[in-house]
Amino acid sequence: MCTGDTNNSSIREHLFLQMARIRIFEEQAFELFAAGELSGTMHACIGQEAIAVAAAESLRTTDIVISNHRCHGHYLARTGDMAGLLAELMGKQQGLCGGRGGSQHLAADNFYTNGVQGNMVPVAAGMALAEKVTNSGNIITLFVGDGTLGQGVFYETLNIAALWSLPLLIVVENNQYAQTTHISDNLAGNISARAAAFGINSRETPANDVEFLLEPFRTAIDYVRNNNIPFVLVAETYRLCPHSVRDDHRPAAELEKWQTHDPLTILGNRIALNRMTELRHTARVDMQAATAAVRQMTAAVMEKTR
Amino acid sequence: MRYVESLNMALHQMMRDNDRLYVLGEDIVDPYGGAFKVTQGLHDLFPYRVLSTPISEAAIVGVATGLALRGLLPIVEIMFGDFLTLCADQVINGAAKFSWMYNDKVEVPLTIRTPMGGRRGYGPTHSQTLESMFLSTPGLTIIAPSEFHDPGNLLKAAVLHTHSPVLFVENKSLYPQELRLPNDQLRVGDFHAITETTDKLFPTVTLTLSPDKDPDATIIAYGGMASLAANVAHDLFMRDETCIEVVIPACIKPLPDLTASVFRSGKAIIAEEGCRTGGWGAELAATLTEQCFANLDRPILRVAALDLPIPSAVHLEQQVLPSQADIEKAVCTLVSS
Repeated sequence: MCTGDTNNSSIREHLFLQMARIRIFEEQAFELFAAGELSGTMHACIGQEAIAVAAAESLRTTDIVISNHRCHGHYLARTGDMAGLLAELMGKQQGLCGGRGGSQHLAADNFYTNGVQGNMVPVAAGMALAEKVTNSGNIITLFVGDGTLGQGVFYETLNIAALWSLPLLIVVENNQYAQTTHISDNLAGNISARAAAFGINSRETPANDVEFLLEPFRTAIDYVRNNNIPFVLVAETYRLCPHSVRDDHRPAAELEKWQTHDPLTILGNRIALNRMTELRHTARVDMQAATAAVRQMTAAVMEKTR
Repeated sequence: MRYVESLNMALHQMMRDNDRLYVLGEDIVDPYGGAFKVTQGLHDLFPYRVLSTPISEAAIVGVATGLALRGLLPIVEIMFGDFLTLCADQVINGAAKFSWMYNDKVEVPLTIRTPMGGRRGYGPTHSQTLESMFLSTPGLTIIAPSEFHDPGNLLKAAVLHTHSPVLFVENKSLYPQELRLPNDQLRVGDFHAITETTDKLFPTVTLTLSPDKDPDATIIAYGGMASLAANVAHDLFMRDETCIEVVIPACIKPLPDLTASVFRSGKAIIAEEGCRTGGWGAELAATLTEQCFANLDRPILRVAALDLPIPSAVHLEQQVLPSQADIEKAVCTLVSS
């Protein structure tokens, strides 16, 4: 097993904690949804946490991250702001967008998401152009899913990004499903060939082992930053939760197979059991603190307006 | 000065004075300088900030939105307004929403310029007036200069002072026209021009031939239709001294207050070049009814294009688009009864 250069146990534990915090956040979001405390809908990233964490660990804070409907992990890995995101999901004015955006429309420093497939793809290219013309040295990391590859604007943007040499890293999180439709019913050809058609280099990588994934991310980020050109990183993964809520019709055998590739299990196997238990506990305590903070904020507001 | 020159000069001046400005569009590089020459000469002077793009309307608007979100001032030219359909998602679900959706954390100072309108024989996909499709897009401002406005000044106001997305509609029949701006005596030919001062960025101009008298009727029109409305007012005054005020907003969304003349006349005709159904006139008529109901003597009438695609053949196009005679007929219907 490849463990990259992260044999340092504190880094390994840090990566685990980051993923565990995302996992516990998503699990609690499902619980709150079932309890009627979250309305509307949400798209959890359980099973895909390694990608969010590997990206966040490899980027500069001044780099820009653009995500999509499935953005909780990207946001948490980037900011650690569990309370702000939870308040946003719960529709509170203390949410990071005041409750206006909700689960899939987030903005924070150098972080933006939107809910329409492909909508942010050219916006990301525009930001890459802005960073390029201002010589900031920052790059843009754009997360899309395999389902987004059905959108025409994706290809308009690949063309422009290549033509204008934009510092844009496109991460295709290929979880093999566009909502409920398997990639075999959705996608002709292959993903890398799409990039190649525009003269953009790409790399396909397994993406559930966060330690392994650091190298592909660091290499891709350095490539984009040093050459000021786009790159496509195809991260092969699987969603271990429904697309949104109560809408999972995938074969049980397939799910079971991928459960054995759970990013937390993969990394957890390299951590002493008692430490792993402590780290999971820490993540749970962080989530409890965030939840308590959100409830306290809400109570304070209700007191004020009484 | 001609309409197109005013726009071109404003672009040159802004590009010279502000290095955060970027102009993006198809075929805007010199010597061609854009399909309607509004951007002529810009690329020669500012080659790194005038970007000729692939034929990718959605991506162009998205790229410009990204520039705007990161503090630059992009101006996009969409070669024909008909092609706004191709970037509707970027406008409706992106640029126009971001500021509010992100709880006012961001600004999107994006300007999308585009020619609209017919009467050039360009046919069903190059002649439309589609801005009314965007009336129900919160967060978007729509500006449509007439020949009685200085379009260059309006463009500067849109780009430099609005701080939010603006759809800037240029009626293409106006490009070669000499501007008819109020002179020092506030006259435009025989007309007296009253420029309202509440909205200094995008003022409404009211033209009248007898400023001391309450008007017999009010025509409200913007863009290219304002010229036809002014002709009707002039003709009817010369014929029998019917006194028509022509109210010409520069901003068509959000709707400015257009009630003043209607309160005094009690009769309103709204003239637009777009289709009648679901048009700007429908929105304005409903609003005026809410605001002026007690003062209205007659129902508000709309003059607009037929609900048909715009034909290529000139004689057929004339039947579909609203004419000066159509406006005159509507005015006479209200005034004579």
